[in-house]
Amino acid sequence: MEKINKFIENAGWPRIIIGLFLLALFAAAPFVGVRLDTSISDTLVRVGMNGILVLAMVPMVQSGCGLNFGLPLGIIAGLLGAMTSLEIGIQGSIGFVIAIAIAVPIAAVLGWLYGQLLNKVKGDEMMIATYVGFSSVALMCIAWLMLPYTNPTMIWGYGGSGLRTTISVEGYWLNALSKYIYIQIGEFLYIPVGMFLFFGLVTFLVWAFFRTKTGTAMTAVGSNPEFARASGIDVDKMRTVSVVMSTVLGAVGILVYEQSFGFCQLYMGPFYMAFPAVAAILLGGASVNKATIVNVVVGTFLFQGILTMTPSVINSIMQTDMSEVIRIIVSNGMILYALTRKVKVKR
Amino acid sequence: MSAEVPILRMENIGKEFFGNRVLQSVTFSVMPGQIVGLVGENGAGKSTLMNILFGMPVIQQTGGYEGKVFIDGEEVHFQDPVDALDKGIGMVHQEFSLIPGFTATENILLNRESTKYNPVVEIFGDRFETLNRPEMKTRAENAIKRLGVDISSETLISEMPVGHKQFTEIAREIDRSKTRLLVLDEPTAVLAETEAAVLISALKKLAANGIAIIFISHRLQEIIDLCDKLIVLRDGRVIKEEDTKRTNVRQIAAWMVNRDTENTKEDERKHTDKSQNDTIMRIEHLWVDMPGETVRDVTIDVREGEILGFGGLAGQGKIGISNGIMGLYASGGKVFLRGKEIKLNDPDASLREGMAFVSEDRRGVGLLLDEGIDWNIAFTAMQVQDKFIKKLMGGLVKWRDDKAIDECTREYIKSLEIRCTGPKQRAIELSGGNQQKVCLAKAFAVDPDVLFVSEPTRGIDVGAKKLVLDTLRRTNEEKGTTIIMTSSELEELRSVCDRIAIVNEGRISGILPADAPAEEFGMLMLGHVKGAA
Repeated sequence: MEKINKFIENAGWPRIIIGLFLLALFAAAPFVGVRLDTSISDTLVRVGMNGILVLAMVPMVQSGCGLNFGLPLGIIAGLLGAMTSLEIGIQGSIGFVIAIAIAVPIAAVLGWLYGQLLNKVKGDEMMIATYVGFSSVALMCIAWLMLPYTNPTMIWGYGGSGLRTTISVEGYWLNALSKYIYIQIGEFLYIPVGMFLFFGLVTFLVWAFFRTKTGTAMTAVGSNPEFARASGIDVDKMRTVSVVMSTVLGAVGILVYEQSFGFCQLYMGPFYMAFPAVAAILLGGASVNKATIVNVVVGTFLFQGILTMTPSVINSIMQTDMSEVIRIIVSNGMILYALTRKVKVKR
Repeated sequence: MSAEVPILRMENIGKEFFGNRVLQSVTFSVMPGQIVGLVGENGAGKSTLMNILFGMPVIQQTGGYEGKVFIDGEEVHFQDPVDALDKGIGMVHQEFSLIPGFTATENILLNRESTKYNPVVEIFGDRFETLNRPEMKTRAENAIKRLGVDISSETLISEMPVGHKQFTEIAREIDRSKTRLLVLDEPTAVLAETEAAVLISALKKLAANGIAIIFISHRLQEIIDLCDKLIVLRDGRVIKEEDTKRTNVRQIAAWMVNRDTENTKEDERKHTDKSQNDTIMRIEHLWVDMPGETVRDVTIDVREGEILGFGGLAGQGKIGISNGIMGLYASGGKVFLRGKEIKLNDPDASLREGMAFVSEDRRGVGLLLDEGIDWNIAFTAMQVQDKFIKKLMGGLVKWRDDKAIDECTREYIKSLEIRCTGPKQRAIELSGGNQQKVCLAKAFAVDPDVLFVSEPTRGIDVGAKKLVLDTLRRTNEEKGTTIIMTSSELEELRSVCDRIAIVNEGRISGILPADAPAEEFGMLMLGHVKGAA
């Protein structure tokens, strides 16, 4: 009994409830005619797709900048990388690497500017970040129309200029990671090992970073900026570094997402991308100023699991489309729950 | 007159804050028309005593008080300040509680305005009566006149000099027809001397009209000029109740600071003569812009291997000195360490030169509350001196050496007797004394040449206090670390330091050896520069 109590305390009720709910969905799946192996496969694919986007929350949370609601900024950098790579037109893994190589410097520059802005609004980072995300999306809506890309698969058929809303990466670098190494068991069970390896590598780099001197300093800045300052740390610099990291991770994350998903979504596409990622890491047990890699992995799995399973299972049971409702309740409810806890965490 | 009932009598008042005793069997009484001076060092219990008298919510929230309060011989239990006001007790606070955008009249009569009937009252009730401006003006002017000052009743508070604000506050209290006991908490602190004189004569006039006054001040001469009776509080006890005519400033100062000798007689420390030692640090014309602790112009030499104390009353700037040198607040002037000028306003530079700081703001600056003890102790040394770092890939990656941190933490836990569950316990879960030990360990881990310690025993219990002070002494003796200690408790400084500099109004008013008589320190604290008095 003591062990159970300890486990509950460590895991926290939200995770246990969602976990049990997810387990129930998996258990119910075969009885309503949903294939279990397909479900597991879908869940895993989505975890791999979204993992790095969720990971992009960690540096900013650790440095005390709050949750990265400005994730769309990183995503835009990633999209610019993707578009440019498609324009160059190199196929396969090389094309994907080029996309990353272009996206990362753009993300670094945007992240630096974003970081300067956040340093001016200490205490209100999350609200400002949300608007940075929203307004950058709006700005890019214009840019997508104006940018001089010419690849016929990308631009509107009529007029001959301006990028389409949805652009397929098929024929370029679709599944560049996912199918680099993968396991196919039977007809339905498919595990994108390559994508997981890449997710693992990025996760390891982030984990390792927080074990270094700089990473330790960043955590201290998030924990108590006054303490860090008294220890000779440049607080603003650390915060900027964390914002750059989060933005770069966002750019890499969206590219991983796209190579698996198969499409780049421009214009309003990045608009709501921050919320599922925020919800996932909070679901994983992170607070507004503390997040770990375990939070990322657990949170992504639970959140994406719910997202995958509710449409198929619940819809089969209820004969109505409940999936969207449940997704909104879980993601926004989780954000609301975490933000109300912020007061307690900050003392 | 001897049969007269005292307007206020407090009997055996005691108060504990979280096991920390701040008041102990305080008994005194105030007669109508009497002016009582209440003096004591910061933390002697003056404010707590007044809070109890006023039924401030903070007292209830922290477990109430012991003893009895009598008003006119009748026991009372004030639940909140409104009860106290109803009984005719008025209070003028140290901080102004005035509305800046209102005129003097409006402030004086706030919520007690004279009103006239109008028809709306029939629907919405009495609160909708119209203000009777002319009558209000007369009332306010009467109140001001009783003080004997000249303030226009139409002036906005925001446009008044501080002295007038103070008078407005007092006028507000005396407009209450019921007010019979007036408590003034350091009313003259913000006044110029002439204004203070006006205030004192005004208060005397009030007393002549039968209003009793409790007057709290650090300016002892005023107390002697104004008060009939004087009560000295020290460590939460009434040390002396004396007729002001039979005492003088020097004697009061001695009462304020002198502890019972048999009580705190610690193992007498040998004050080895360090006056021949080389100067390790030279501070020239230092100013520090620290809110509430402004340092204006401090010049002092610190000798190698000594323990130098900075004492003085709160708000005079003693705390600002170490904070300024360590780069935590904007500062200027020159600081030399071993002849080399230190870059100010840069904590990193100060730390790199071999200085360390234990902040008086333990929870705000001193600790990472949400992290373990290990991080708290190792962090500064790691960031500044690359201790606890393993270099990987030819120094490209500076990897945190958790094993070394753990070992070091365990050592400090043992040597400083930090009571905890282990190196990973979060700092927020520790008691104040143990948190302070962690702060000390953090500073020791840097292995500094000069160690600044600010209020090292504030808010910690007696046992921890002794351990902290012993540790400081031992470090000084064994490692030869020069220690600059700031403390509000003079006795503590006298038991640890070689020399003590007293800071007053942002300047050093004098430096004395630790074994100088207590009243000398008392005089310096109160701004009587040596030789002048």
